[in-house]
Amino acid sequence: MKPMKTSLKCHKIIGGYGEGEALVSHEPICFYLTDPKTGIVREKTHELAGKNIANKVLVFPSGKASSVVQIDGLFKLASRNIAPKAMIVKDVETVLIVSAFIAKVPLVDRLEKDPFETICTGDMVKVDADKGTVVVEKLKP
Amino acid sequence: MHLTREEEQMLNGKFGAGTQKAMELLVAIGDAYDAEKMIPIGRAHAASSGQEGDLYFVELLADGGTRCRVPTSTNPVYDIEYFHGMFDVPKDEAEVARRVMEAYERVGAILSWSCVPYLSENIPLYGEHVAFSESSATPYVNSVVGAYTNREAAQSALAAGIIGKTPEYGLHIRENRKGTNLIDVRASLRDEFDYTLLGYYVGKTIGYGIPVLTGISRPPNTEELINFCAMSNTSGAISMFYMPGHTVEASTVKEAFQGDTPKEKITVTDTELTEVCEELQTTDEKADFVQLGCPHYTLKQIAKVAELLEGKKVRRDMSFWVCTSATTKVLADKSGYTGTIEKAGGHVVVDTCIDEPCWIAYKQKVGMTDSPKGAYYRRFKEARLARLQDCVEAAVGEKRR
Repeated sequence: MKPMKTSLKCHKIIGGYGEGEALVSHEPICFYLTDPKTGIVREKTHELAGKNIANKVLVFPSGKASSVVQIDGLFKLASRNIAPKAMIVKDVETVLIVSAFIAKVPLVDRLEKDPFETICTGDMVKVDADKGTVVVEKLKP
Repeated sequence: MHLTREEEQMLNGKFGAGTQKAMELLVAIGDAYDAEKMIPIGRAHAASSGQEGDLYFVELLADGGTRCRVPTSTNPVYDIEYFHGMFDVPKDEAEVARRVMEAYERVGAILSWSCVPYLSENIPLYGEHVAFSESSATPYVNSVVGAYTNREAAQSALAAGIIGKTPEYGLHIRENRKGTNLIDVRASLRDEFDYTLLGYYVGKTIGYGIPVLTGISRPPNTEELINFCAMSNTSGAISMFYMPGHTVEASTVKEAFQGDTPKEKITVTDTELTEVCEELQTTDEKADFVQLGCPHYTLKQIAKVAELLEGKKVRRDMSFWVCTSATTKVLADKSGYTGTIEKAGGHVVVDTCIDEPCWIAYKQKVGMTDSPKGAYYRRFKEARLARLQDCVEAAVGEKRR
């Protein structure tokens, strides 16, 4: 079966290109609460608890927690090459921008369609932050 | 974002690799928020932490040969020499702390190693645009001083200090400084401990916003304001607040909301504050040590500790710590407070944060503190939370509880 492909415009925050399997979280994410050796979410009450964010294209509303822990959390994942490949968010804040900048993870917002309606966990997503495009391939109809 | 010719040159590397990196970060932030331009700042405070992410960025700037263009102070890491004489701090962790402190020196920062730099080492002015990270610092300088800062990360504040500018967005724009939530305070606020509980409750309840607090009749003092700020910006993301009549920017509730209606109204009574205290305390077992000074104690608080410890001895099975800035300790030494505390068996330690690996000896212990923030980020196993007087009493008490 031919995958369904959608191309969407977005707004670049941190440049670069990343592709991978989508992982969608409807809750804000704190990277400090993931296992720095594996990328598995350790926050017990989180909807992604037990899921692995390593090398995924992460779709989530926004970041949370203090600047020190958030930045260190994503940086630790990046230094083991298990940070997300790219991040698509709805609301940016300074701490998340700094985290993505330091960890060199492409970060975009303002998708022309609601990312939570267009992207599902498991879709293949290509984020070209520099060109301002997100391509979503759905393997399942 | 529109950049001037000089800013373009900084971004293109004409001023060196370090300046370029700092500019790249500020441009990314400015573009994300649709800032129109960069604006000059008078000073910055980088919430240095001695962690790996912190080390990476400050070394990138230092190795890139750049230096701060405006006064930029630093947050505590820890007094390496002092602790290494006492505890077995892991060598690799100590090396990270040493390199962080050295790199901040190389970029020409003010080596304040204090989380309350706005009291003495780096004081913003009313109406001044600044870039202050650190939980108590951001709301304090916005609300108490009336300077303008966003809720910065250590790195964005440092980048702003390097360039001497920040993108014009968020709280640098007057219309964005209006109140969002109305907080009717019916609780009795006796001292800074009650203000920490109030701060924790407000931050946790509204999460993100600019609270406007009414019902506070006695003007809060410096320590009460510091602790309200530290806590509300830990349990939530509170970059600014109003206490009309007591804070500078709006003298009435109406003015604080800039004519808008509050999104929400909350009432806080003694019951909520007691609940917060119970929620944060993880044990009522006897403490192994007392840890004060999160945020760093002021001279007035150290004087109080000395007064309470005068002529007494800390129990043999306990230790007693007060964290403060080097500047404050000079005065505490001269005033005899340090002497009194040390004579009683306590320690007054500078440059040190409670959330650092130097506290490794207490990993499995019960700590007692007057700081909910300290209990929240603790490097020890279980936390007891109480007002200063009770902490001192527990440390000198004869009987096991």
